[in-house]
Amino acid sequence: MQSKSFIIETLQGDTGGRILIAVLLASCLIFPVFNLFVPESSVFHISTYLVTLFGKYLCFALLALALDLAWGYCGILSLGHGAFFALGGYGMGMYLMRQIGDRGVYGDPLLPDFMVFLNWTELPWYWNGFNNFGFAMLMAAFVPGLLAFVFGWLAFRSRVTGVYLSIILQALTYALMLAFFRNEMGFGGNNGLTDFKDIVGFNLQSDVTRAVLFVITGLILIFVYLFCRHIVKSKFGRVVVSIRDAESRMRFIGYKVENYKTSVFVLSALIAGIAGALYVPFVGIINPGEFAPLNSIEIVIWVAIGGRSTLYGAVLGAILVNYAKTRFTAVLPEVWLFALGGLFIFVTLFLPKGLVGFFSDVKEKMRKKA
Amino acid sequence: MSRFSKMFEGWRGERQWSAFSPEINSREFIDLSHGTLLYLENITVSFDGFKALDKLDLYIDKGELRCIIGANGAGKTTMMDVVTGKLRPDSGTAFLGQTVNLLNMSESEISEVGIGRKFQKPTVLENFSVFDNLELSLHADRSVKAALFARLTGEQRDRIEEVLEIIGLKTERERIAGNLSHGQKQWLEIGILLIQDPYLLLVDEPVAGMTVQETERTAELLTSLAGERSVVVVEHDMEFVRSIANIVTVLHQGSVLAEGTMNEIQEDPKVKEVYLGSTESSS
Ligand SMILES: Nc1ncnc2c1ncn2[C@@H]1O[C@H](COP(=O)(O)OP(=O)(O)OP(=O)(O)O)[C@@H](O)[C@H]1O
Ligand SMILES: [Mg+2]
Repeated sequence: MQSKSFIIETLQGDTGGRILIAVLLASCLIFPVFNLFVPESSVFHISTYLVTLFGKYLCFALLALALDLAWGYCGILSLGHGAFFALGGYGMGMYLMRQIGDRGVYGDPLLPDFMVFLNWTELPWYWNGFNNFGFAMLMAAFVPGLLAFVFGWLAFRSRVTGVYLSIILQALTYALMLAFFRNEMGFGGNNGLTDFKDIVGFNLQSDVTRAVLFVITGLILIFVYLFCRHIVKSKFGRVVVSIRDAESRMRFIGYKVENYKTSVFVLSALIAGIAGALYVPFVGIINPGEFAPLNSIEIVIWVAIGGRSTLYGAVLGAILVNYAKTRFTAVLPEVWLFALGGLFIFVTLFLPKGLVGFFSDVKEKMRKKA
Repeated sequence: MSRFSKMFEGWRGERQWSAFSPEINSREFIDLSHGTLLYLENITVSFDGFKALDKLDLYIDKGELRCIIGANGAGKTTMMDVVTGKLRPDSGTAFLGQTVNLLNMSESEISEVGIGRKFQKPTVLENFSVFDNLELSLHADRSVKAALFARLTGEQRDRIEEVLEIIGLKTERERIAGNLSHGQKQWLEIGILLIQDPYLLLVDEPVAGMTVQETERTAELLTSLAGERSVVVVEHDMEFVRSIANIVTVLHQGSVLAEGTMNEIQEDPKVKEVYLGSTESSS
């Protein structure tokens, strides 16, 4: 009862959010039902491939939500969110790796294959505990959060902003990529972590597991959406937006701007980490490529195309752009990056408020005419 | 290196207030027993060798309304930057009362201790309503945690209403600040300062771009605020300065050229030579 009124209050005046949540809830029902209970011969059957594909999109949507919180609401143009996502992914990857147990090629009960291959005899200390699902998930969020905290603490206190901040974050994700490429780091080098077998005892390849993962991801996305909406509506959210628009005014009112920026950045990194952890079971692999600087830029493009500072715009942007990417790369893979770049320029020039901003402007005009 | 040590300074200061004396507002340490609120002594600020402030001495009494005039580039805004922590001077001292050393504090700490500032270019929170602007500026806990769980108390609501009344924006409370007229924005910004209950208001060019009526209202407003608190007004508009000031300070090339009543200032030969002569002929 109370949670119901909380949801209603949170979504007050947020039409886009209500539509989004309705669609997500419907998907959480339709995808598994039409995948598991409608026979493959039927036209209504949804293939496991599609369940996996859209599951991935939901993870990207969560990541976009994280970026919108930092960029759209606090003006922190992070070009390093791919790093938080990848770190979360490695957290999940390490758990799944340890779940393989002695079913690996080398049959070592403790060491993952790549360690045996490197002639390692014992597990590095930082792999301890990752056989525990709860601990691994905690780390998948905590490590990105900690990195964001240390980075934010240093950067925001020294008042690094704008393009400098963006470039440093690009460098950060690039440095992490190079580090994770190294075999000695103990994260599987350039092959990354893969060949996963099961998650909390359920076979990762089975249709049912995929469907359940899809539903869990959808529900987490809804929950995080409500959480973010609640945050941005609070006094904290209004302070953060004011810092974005009039930073020095807020300082002179007496707000410690750096504390607010760090808080938002950490929160955003935690969400990105969770998104990364959810992503890995769908794709079955995590490798240093996820740290590629280009990935972080793509996230910014999703949010810009969907529409900044609305939250649901970020979700829409992530899903649409990635769907387009899937379609495009199937036909003309080499053109995709140009198309994405062109789209970004088009949106920046003609739709500064993104797709959702465009639609609400159109609606406004229609109302005025009527 | 210096940036790093400053970073730690701020951190230490913050810890002191929050960890050892959570309930005590640092304002309570201000000692005004000598009747003087602000002491600026021997302040020098240079930009690439150019001295924007040159051994400036300035004292503001408790409850005083002081006007500061001076030609463009005289250093008026720079003086405010120093007092509010935006700029660190090359040399000199700045104290609030006998005890509070402003040069050790960050902008937010200085604001907490009771110095409010209106910018030369009116700056309000454009995306929010007039009411929200005041709510976010209320003298209250500024921590992240407090903001996450904040709820307006009846007392705070009354305080906002009171300030709305003072700045004459009662009927505009729901309007988005970005849509206010220029004059209304200036008043709102004064309200933003006022609601922080400051000891000292620094007001940079409050009537620039205002109509005659608006200017008169602003004069009334600022005069009514002095007494309980000190108000320092920087202005170019001589009529306005004459209508509100007891004591006027003339800044010239970063230091005080003359100080006194408006009449004394106008008779001062040095002032005639470098300042009033030129403005009077131009306006
Ligand atoms: N950040 C800066 N870098 C270099 N020079 C500066 C800087 N800020 C101010 N100055 C210079 O310092 C001098 C004093 O500037 P200040 O803004 O204090 O003048 P002012 O008295 O407020 O003038 P105005 O009436 O035009 O507002 C000017 O010559 C200005 O060009
Ligand atoms: Mg000025």
